[in-house]
Amino acid sequence: MFDDFFSRAIIAGIGVALVAGPLGCFIVWRRLAYFGDTLSHAALLGVALAFLFEINITLAVFGISVCVSVALLLLQKKGTLSSDALLGLLAHSSLALGLVALAFMTWIRIDLMGFLFGDILAVSKLDIAFIWIGGAVVLALLVIIWRPLFAATVNTELAEAEGMNPGRSNLAFMLLMSAVIAISMKIVGVLLITAMLIIPAATARRFSSGPEQMAVLSAIVGCVAVISGLFGSLEWDTPAGPSIVVAALALFIISLLPAFGPKPVRAGDSVQQKHNEKQGPLP
Amino acid sequence: MLQKSETLATLTNAGVFRADRWLVRDVNFSISPSEIVTLIGPNGSGKSTTAKMALGIIKPDAGDVKRRDGLKVAYVPQKLAIDWTLPLTVRRFMRLTEHVSASDAKNAMISTGIEHLENAEVRTLSGGEFQRVMLARAVARKPDLLVLDEPVQGVDFTGEIALYDLIKRIRDELRCGILLISHDLHVVMAATDRVICLNGHVCCSGPPKTVASSPEYKALFGGRAAPTLAVYEHHHDHTHLPDGRVKHSDGTITDSCHKDESSSDV
Repeated sequence: MFDDFFSRAIIAGIGVALVAGPLGCFIVWRRLAYFGDTLSHAALLGVALAFLFEINITLAVFGISVCVSVALLLLQKKGTLSSDALLGLLAHSSLALGLVALAFMTWIRIDLMGFLFGDILAVSKLDIAFIWIGGAVVLALLVIIWRPLFAATVNTELAEAEGMNPGRSNLAFMLLMSAVIAISMKIVGVLLITAMLIIPAATARRFSSGPEQMAVLSAIVGCVAVISGLFGSLEWDTPAGPSIVVAALALFIISLLPAFGPKPVRAGDSVQQKHNEKQGPLP
Repeated sequence: MLQKSETLATLTNAGVFRADRWLVRDVNFSISPSEIVTLIGPNGSGKSTTAKMALGIIKPDAGDVKRRDGLKVAYVPQKLAIDWTLPLTVRRFMRLTEHVSASDAKNAMISTGIEHLENAEVRTLSGGEFQRVMLARAVARKPDLLVLDEPVQGVDFTGEIALYDLIKRIRDELRCGILLISHDLHVVMAATDRVICLNGHVCCSGPPKTVASSPEYKALFGGRAAPTLAVYEHHHDHTHLPDGRVKHSDGTITDSCHKDESSSDV
């Protein structure tokens, strides 16, 4: 089945969606959408460096993402510019640096569109191995740091007071983000990675009553988006990466329909009723 | 030696210096098991900073903070914002920082009177309900030291008395040390073993009854004490200038808070 380009695309896409979903939940909870954008913009600089030093593109992108994360942490500590200004600075200057560096390498002819919007139909067996092995490592690490990372997401000081070491889990999370950017760049491209992180998580929120459930659901939503987007792209001859994002958007819009019912609110109502019935003297 | 291992946390001349000024300095106190210590003082007097030093979140820039080895802490922060994007039920919130057995969680929810809220989403709770949920989470951990930052915030007066009763009951059940923070205390005297009044430094401290009967206390607090309910007003007779000196109510400026250099610290 790996011999057919379409099957390879679906397997690669599902691999990315399974990792992007749970990590995307943290992006949404921690309001880090712009951080994801910054890392993915910087990925293009990684591509340029990969060509320059003739190293593996995925590794180079991972390395650059880690550098940008660390630069962000250091600049935030200095506290001169606000975080969003710093992110904007890092995002666009690294994107511009990447484009300029690529233009300098006149001996290289690359398909820039493939990096900006993804080239999922051209994934190789090696790419699939990278995505699935890398993805499995990322998910395993995420499971390990899940409790401290989630506690720090709810309240950093509470997590620190109760011995969770939020600094360490935040750093680990940044490394995981860099890894996800690196392995998913080929699928949706640097300009659309953030969509794969955020839209499935936002779709899953309506149907979730707990963080773990939301992580699993957003992985499933991501898979559905990948499969339907790829079939749509085959059917209507549209670009594959953007088609996946459009499919994810369609799922999100469907999830907003009142027919699906805002489950969390209903649960709250029944609790409120129970609360009113039971309301007695204070303890 | 023995004395030291008995206390849960000890602050010795501890201070925090940020952005060219001392947020709080020369703080001396310790907290022992089964003891309720209350930090009081106006806004910006360094109560939260002091509590965070005791918790180990902030490292002191001066002095020393000693915490017992393997001290298990539970913290109820002043503010905790949970927005819509985060699906979090009370049941899940109880297990935020460690696994808590179902029976421990249940008992904690019963003793704080929130067992009917088990499946509610945290963000839908009222202020008072959420305070008790945060307390239940902390209690379920069975901590050695419980730190509560403004636990009566957003709670009405009757609820406030109930909450202080609850805090005392938690102390009796868990035999843990409790560090309580408040800026607007009505029931503090009834609910605490020791009061520490902060205003950038320790203004005065001691057991409420001793402090209340001392002339320094009367001069400082002008307290009115009722048998069960101690309502008091808090007047500071001096203010701290940006350069660290102290301006007294009569307009004089000195380097220390006590013009005659006699300290009312216990």
